[in-house]
Amino acid sequence: MMKYMLLVYGDENCWNEDERKECMLESMTIADELTRQGKLIAAEPLHSVTTATSIRVRSGQTQMTDGPFAETTEQLGGYYVIDVDHLDEAIEIASRLPPAKLGTIEIRPLFPKPDAAG
Amino acid sequence: MEIKAAQVDYIYRNESRKVFATLVRLLGDFDLAEEAMHDAFAVAVEHWADHGVPNNPVAWLVSTARFKAVDTIRRRRRFNDLQGEIAGRVAEIEAANDSLAEQDIKDDRLRLIFTCCHPAIDPKVQVPLTLREVCGMTTEEIAHAFLIPPTTMAQRIVRGKTKIRDARVPYSIPSLTELPDRLAPVLSVIYLIFNEGYSASSGQSLTRTELSDEAIRLARLLLDLSPHPEVAGLLALMLLHESRRKARSTADGDLILLEDQDRSLWDQTLIAEGKDLVERSLRTRRIGKYTIQAAISAVHADAKQPAQTDWRQIVAFYDVLLRIEPSPVVELNRAVAVAMCEGAESGLSIVDQILASGELQSYYLAHSARGEFLRRLNRHGESLAAFEQALSLANQEPEQRFLRNKIDSIRSLEQQEHNR
Repeated sequence: MMKYMLLVYGDENCWNEDERKECMLESMTIADELTRQGKLIAAEPLHSVTTATSIRVRSGQTQMTDGPFAETTEQLGGYYVIDVDHLDEAIEIASRLPPAKLGTIEIRPLFPKPDAAG
Repeated sequence: MEIKAAQVDYIYRNESRKVFATLVRLLGDFDLAEEAMHDAFAVAVEHWADHGVPNNPVAWLVSTARFKAVDTIRRRRRFNDLQGEIAGRVAEIEAANDSLAEQDIKDDRLRLIFTCCHPAIDPKVQVPLTLREVCGMTTEEIAHAFLIPPTTMAQRIVRGKTKIRDARVPYSIPSLTELPDRLAPVLSVIYLIFNEGYSASSGQSLTRTELSDEAIRLARLLLDLSPHPEVAGLLALMLLHESRRKARSTADGDLILLEDQDRSLWDQTLIAEGKDLVERSLRTRRIGKYTIQAAISAVHADAKQPAQTDWRQIVAFYDVLLRIEPSPVVELNRAVAVAMCEGAESGLSIVDQILASGELQSYYLAHSARGEFLRRLNRHGESLAAFEQALSLANQEPEQRFLRNKIDSIRSLEQQEHNR
């Protein structure tokens, strides 16, 4: 099996309240289905990037900024971690997520940890 | 002993890519597969000298390579615990030992084509990766053919292999429902490889011919394994183009237009095969863009002289092509065919419409076609201006020479008129 993170990017301001609720319900249905199939490890929506805090430690000093790592037109809005056979299965799941229609889903394979293997 | 070595050599040249493709599926790792394959051939040289060449050398080589790979994995594991995950596959590999079916080996090359041309892989990487892993060309040969430094080419190939391994791009033939979508990039990669070997006249001509040959070989393999009408259409299109190779350029590498080619140089065997494939594909009524382009090419192949060309039929095929895949380039080609049926005036008005819509303004062939229509209408001044604009946009040396010749001949026409 292979673990992938699906990073959900989209313009935070392009949803109205009804659409957001609709998207949330649909996403939860998909998450439930994946849980039943044993393919879901974690999935959470995120608060808006206006609530983000970015931290850098340089020469022992902690620097803090109010805001996301980078200002972009599409923001990270949520994530899934899934456990499936191969990339095609991850692509199939990502294509079904409602935000794929408005934003972008980035699929990233998880790097296997040394002690977790073999 | 020496005869046996020659036999191993022969099998290496003809069967090693099959062995490799099967090993990639079984081992899930390009580099491990490559190493194991070479180990197996090394064993074969000695073993076959004593015991003779086995009945099924491919199966023997795959089997031997698998044991070699298991050794390699065990050795690596001792040195590096990170390889533990791969070692988990040792059992799978051993379990697969007895179930090596002939059909599977045949399908493995097809699986590998679909993997190398997976839509998750950068199109710039798909082409060299396919040539390297499916066709077995060396990185240097590919770099040479595409006029790119070998280090850049090597980086692209490594990037592709790493993506396939780390993102676990599957080695599988897409299901029937996915096939049309997944076939599109495969066909486009094959056609790109062909065109790289066919259209560009710069670079080493020998390597270039090899690229076209490889593309045709890949299409044959694909057709053998998946008789989709568009696969037949693409193979037909390439064969029909290839049939004109000897007639399409002078000894100096200058382009010769279709209407000026010596048609006795066209390869009738390739034409016959191409036409047969087009007809088969048209009969399925699931007509795609490659089949239509091949059908157009076949109409040209039918004309013994340019004047005998059935331009109405060609316009009709372009109409179909425009419905399947609307594009200004196809509209431009249709304009040329329309001009042959109805006169240069009609062709000119279509090209002017395309340019007025803002399309193809920096495409040299649009201006070159416009110049040609104007020349036929005896509007020499405007024709010259159009050809000069085309010349300023053309990149390839032979294209520029062709346009300069056109400009010179119109200038001398003008001069004659002036003198009269």
